[in-house]
Amino acid sequence: MNNQRRNVLKTGSGAALLSVLAAAGIITPGMALADWNKAAFDAKSMADTLKAIGAGTPVDSKDVQVTGPDIAENGAVVPVGVSSTLPNVTMVAILIEKNPNALAASFTLPEGTEASVQTRVKMGQTSNVYALVKSDGKFFMATKEIKVTLGGCGG
Amino acid sequence: MANPMKIRAANKEGVTEVKVLISHEMETGQRKDSAGALVPGWFITELTAKHNDKVVLSSEFGPSVSKNPYLAFKFKGGAKGDKIVVSWKDNKGETRTDEAAIG
Repeated sequence: MNNQRRNVLKTGSGAALLSVLAAAGIITPGMALADWNKAAFDAKSMADTLKAIGAGTPVDSKDVQVTGPDIAENGAVVPVGVSSTLPNVTMVAILIEKNPNALAASFTLPEGTEASVQTRVKMGQTSNVYALVKSDGKFFMATKEIKVTLGGCGG
Repeated sequence: MANPMKIRAANKEGVTEVKVLISHEMETGQRKDSAGALVPGWFITELTAKHNDKVVLSSEFGPSVSKNPYLAFKFKGGAKGDKIVVSWKDNKGETRTDEAAIG
């Protein structure tokens, strides 16, 4: 088994590695990653993005929180967190209104995973940051303005 | 191949918090190099985290996630020594999988 592992590591690289691992039964097919929602990530405006996600018109909710700095000195690394006290949250997404593509990241939360996600995003300029949360099949939203003094897109 | 991810997972009162630091360029595809040519986009598109064999988080990233992405999330359950496996895939089809034990 150990020898096999060595060989797998030696021969594999990049995408080839995954298929080799899959073939060897080390990674089960269930591990295959979900399809990337290209339409949502390509959408430029907030409205188009929401449409591509299928969110319609989300309702503003006090039970959704966006955390982040009020002023970000460096737009290349802006810590943003989303949390919610709503029940049965199945999806969380971070949208930045004035970025070239509004959607930064979306997370699918299976049962048992808490509605609390933190990450870091790039912001080209001062913008509203939206947290989109799907709870019990309905979409809710919260907003926070983050001021950027130095853009994150080579500005 | 890309550098390994740094994964930390800790269980506190029945909730496991997982923190992941990934080494990746996350090039947006909007930047120009010194010659004025557009630098092609190169970023992680999908990331999945598993606790033992159960998926606890699946996410999709766009190019506006920062370089060397950081991610933190929490899930109910998990015990010391349990395995956390995180894998990502980028838009060039490169993938990487790393694992850590809950401490």
